[in-house]
Amino acid sequence: MTSQPSHAQAAGDAMISMAGVEKWYGDFKALTDIDLSVRTGERIVLCGPSGSGKSTLIRCINHLEAYQKGEIRVGGTLLGDDARAIDAIRREVGMVFQHFNLFPHMTVLQNCMLAPMRSLRASKAEAEATARRLLARVKILEQAEKYPAQLSGGQQQRVAIARALCMQPKVMLFDEPTSALDPEMVKEVLDTMIALAEEGMTMICVTHEMGFARQVADRVIFMASGAIVEEAPPAEFFTAPRHERTRKFLGEILRKH
Amino acid sequence: MGSDEFLFLLTGLKWTVALSVVGFVGGGVAGLAVALARTSELPLLERVTAGYIALFQGTPLLMQLFVVYYGLALIGLKLDAWVAVSIGFTLHASAYLGEIWRGSIEAVPKGQTEAAKALSLGYVSRMKDVILPQAIRISLPATIGFLVQLIKGTSLAAIVGFTELTRAGNIISNQIFAPLLVFGIVGVLYFIMCWPLSLYGARLERQFATTTR
Repeated sequence: MTSQPSHAQAAGDAMISMAGVEKWYGDFKALTDIDLSVRTGERIVLCGPSGSGKSTLIRCINHLEAYQKGEIRVGGTLLGDDARAIDAIRREVGMVFQHFNLFPHMTVLQNCMLAPMRSLRASKAEAEATARRLLARVKILEQAEKYPAQLSGGQQQRVAIARALCMQPKVMLFDEPTSALDPEMVKEVLDTMIALAEEGMTMICVTHEMGFARQVADRVIFMASGAIVEEAPPAEFFTAPRHERTRKFLGEILRKH
Repeated sequence: MGSDEFLFLLTGLKWTVALSVVGFVGGGVAGLAVALARTSELPLLERVTAGYIALFQGTPLLMQLFVVYYGLALIGLKLDAWVAVSIGFTLHASAYLGEIWRGSIEAVPKGQTEAAKALSLGYVSRMKDVILPQAIRISLPATIGFLVQLIKGTSLAAIVGFTELTRAGNIISNQIFAPLLVFGIVGVLYFIMCWPLSLYGARLERQFATTTR
């Protein structure tokens, strides 16, 4: 890696780069020729109708889904079938899921301490200090000793964010983080994400929260049928969408809100 | 029936308990390996263990004991009755527990594995810290149900000459000519072991039903 500093430079500041990525489920083509480059500190919002491949796209970035063609690099590391590369990338990339996926048999604190202790070999004291600091940051430290089932959906999702942050990731992926929440809990989660964005975290968010997109996104990407249809800064994306499918989608989603 | 006879029955009971424990512990260790192999996503390993499970679930326990005791003797491996039935019950239990636990592992929501993977937890930690603690909880009622079957199943070891509770009862009954009394007592002894376990299993099942609601 050190032998080719100029090459890394040439790739610019790309934290994530996807080139010609394609993915099939059997005969069904889920992703078509995806080219996407995300700079360090950039905040991307990914939207599109259901089944458009947006979740599949971000799930390829941490190899929860394998891809069949093209190339994905995260922080310069090529993501292939090599288990060591997959592991290295997962250590740098945090993910927040629609259904939280907290570990129900562990307390909030244990949820946050497990991965740093197992994967980063942090000591128990270090892991606990980090966990408490990040639980405080998502304003939920007072629930540290509780079990996930004792918390509301919004609280669980904030714990899930803290749990991912405990690995000190360079990138955070959000897969419809507010879709499973009751309306009154959406704001607390979005506020947490906004705070994170303001601190400079590189983020890719699959979401239909267009207010969030307007406020924090550097770029909004619209997908349909497994392909990227349009990408633009939010001001342009919302006021002057170029493609018919984008206009139709925006018309439908904005009417709902 | 004198106290000597009763003590002889209790000695038989001791061997029934010992055989159940060995079968359950040995079968538990081997069964965990079977369950992990069945969920390994390695096609060869999954197929081999599926065959293993089918073989032991598809043949009578008694026949399995015959094969281990007499069959191995035929190929020159003369085993003590105690060792033979221990092996027989371990194999038998490993197939059933392996299948019960495979189902339990698969019953843990997929999101748990995904979250663990996204946190870069390796296979060992994913299983040990995340999946198995949840799977074991799900499997408890069925596991206890199988343990009850296993305890009663140890009576088949009598046929290959292993003096556990049922065979002890047979011997005493032949001595004092009171089969109804002797086997009544034998039955009560089995019941005392199995019934509390069944109750406990049913209670766990109810608890599980209410907490997942």
